[in-house]
Amino acid sequence: MSRLEPPRVSRRSFLSLASIGSFFAAMGVAMAGVLRLPRPTVMPGPVRRYKIGNPEDFPIGSETRLEKENVFIYRDGEGIYAISAVCTHLGCIVAPSAQGFACPCHGSKFDAKGNVIGGPAPRALPWLEVSRAADGQLLVLADNEVPAGTRFKT
Amino acid sequence: MAMSAPREFVDNLRQLPHTVKDAWFRQGRLPESEREESQATFHNFFLHIHSVRVHVRTLSPWLTFGLGLMATASFLILTITGVLLMVYYKPSTALAYESIKDIHFVVSTGRFIRNIHRWSAHLMVVAVFLHMARVFFTGSYKQPREFNWLIGLALFAVTLGLSFTGYLLPWDQLAYWAITIGSNIANSPRELTDALGITKWLDPGGFQKHLLLGANYVGEDALIRFYVLHVFVLPLVLVILVSVHFWRIRKDGGLARPEDPMGGPAEWGGARRPVFEPLATKTYGLMALVKGTRATVNRGPENTVMSWPNLLWAEMAVFMVTVAVALILSYYFDAPLKELANPAIPENPAKAPWYFLGLQELVSYSAFVGGMVIPLVVLMGLALIPFLDRQLGGEGVWFGTAGEKRVAALSCGFGLLVAVGMLAFTVNFGWLRNWFPSIHQLWIIAINPGSVLVVLYAGWSLLVLKQTNSVRLGAVALFTCFLISFCVLTYFASVHRGPNWQFYWWPSQWPVH
Repeated sequence: MSRLEPPRVSRRSFLSLASIGSFFAAMGVAMAGVLRLPRPTVMPGPVRRYKIGNPEDFPIGSETRLEKENVFIYRDGEGIYAISAVCTHLGCIVAPSAQGFACPCHGSKFDAKGNVIGGPAPRALPWLEVSRAADGQLLVLADNEVPAGTRFKT
Repeated sequence: MAMSAPREFVDNLRQLPHTVKDAWFRQGRLPESEREESQATFHNFFLHIHSVRVHVRTLSPWLTFGLGLMATASFLILTITGVLLMVYYKPSTALAYESIKDIHFVVSTGRFIRNIHRWSAHLMVVAVFLHMARVFFTGSYKQPREFNWLIGLALFAVTLGLSFTGYLLPWDQLAYWAITIGSNIANSPRELTDALGITKWLDPGGFQKHLLLGANYVGEDALIRFYVLHVFVLPLVLVILVSVHFWRIRKDGGLARPEDPMGGPAEWGGARRPVFEPLATKTYGLMALVKGTRATVNRGPENTVMSWPNLLWAEMAVFMVTVAVALILSYYFDAPLKELANPAIPENPAKAPWYFLGLQELVSYSAFVGGMVIPLVVLMGLALIPFLDRQLGGEGVWFGTAGEKRVAALSCGFGLLVAVGMLAFTVNFGWLRNWFPSIHQLWIIAINPGSVLVVLYAGWSLLVLKQTNSVRLGAVALFTCFLISFCVLTYFASVHRGPNWQFYWWPSQWPVH
């Protein structure tokens, strides 16, 4: 008869274990709640959408460096494209070089299409979305990465 | 018959200077006997951190060089000057730079106070670093001091954290770009998750970066976070940990030292001291039950001296030396302040403070490996030392066990050779990406100059361990290699890396830009 068997855990120790357990569970949940706070829900910072002028300002074959926006704008026969100037290694700003781009901080090197050709950068410079605003100006959406080779056709 | 109250009042008033003085200075005069000296130590809240008597070895400058105390002294200087700087500093991107300029050019003594703060921070890092080396090479982490070694490591990390967070506050070019690089190192686990293509689901890098910056970019939110960490959170953690650190020193029986001989005359320190001889006619009371191997049961006080004033003199000397060094540096060298932070143009080269430059060199091979994996591996390795090396013996003596000096010297040579060879090879021939431009990033994460260095050092340490049949000597080999490579990488990155992180023999050869 199992009812007559002595309990393996006494009521007292079960209750103390349960209360200790609930104490740590409550503290754990509370800590998790506290740690939610420093994680930003909405990323503050500038909206990186830049009106850069009319398509005519960028003749075929032009290379434009937008310093404040950290973006390079190119136009070739197929259309307009934008390459980010933020190095994929540790976020420094790359400068144009003979081969394409070079990063001043840790010596990453990229070709003219943004592909890594040397140094520590783990991936190619991102190509950014280019579109047209309602007033006809070109719009660079610097937060939107597009596959390399994507061009905006005017 | 009691005095009448008005009379008593007047009498007390007349006694006031004496009674107040007695309340403050309970002893009333400088201690004259050993009993009074011990009372001076344990009747004072601040002094009773000391034991009443201290072993003569503890006072030897050549055992500790006062390095731990020097770190504490620098921290005190940093606290005082830091509070003073807080009076004028404004943690906002619009005002921070201007307020530092005000401190530098307008506030009376502001420049001097800021200089002291900056150079003491460097002093503290140096002291903490050398203190760790001292504790290692004197074998002072061994049982029962394992826990205090871990506390020390945490203090090392917090010290570097304080330096790093303080670096952003001036909001100049150096600050902005150093923190951009630093926060992107926190982001660098993405290098691995991107290479595996799982960043969308698992993104520890992004999580760390957002926690640090509160945004995607270094801006107002980052500045406030760093400010709070720098002036409140980290100092508080440091004070708590330092208290535990000191308390543990007492609980572990003072500084590590070899066992004194039973009875007998003083064997250390030259001067002969009275020898303790238990008297048959005297009754001895049991004063305390203590754990461990350090209880001085049946051992006389012959190798100890009174803490008051001997230890006090030594401590004050270290404090004064620290203050003097900080003052001299601050008088002759101004703390750097570059132009206002400009998110469009990075400093070229953008160099971290010197103690992070070794890491920056590693980061220039792979951000994830150099910035996260290797530091974590090193910290883990250091934390494991007292648990893997359980052999007792040689505590509290420089290179205390047989063969340590030889292994340290050999490892010094090996570490130097490998580190310099690796750098020379990388500078001359490049690395995987230069030979196979389309190589997968995973290969670079696995095999880069940094990871190769770590593997070579670990192999050397295991070889030493096997050849000498001693875990301690294996640890000595690894620790020496770690120290040497830290020095080599730091030197290399400070002197031989110029614009675009190119190799130059001297900074004077840098191109003008």
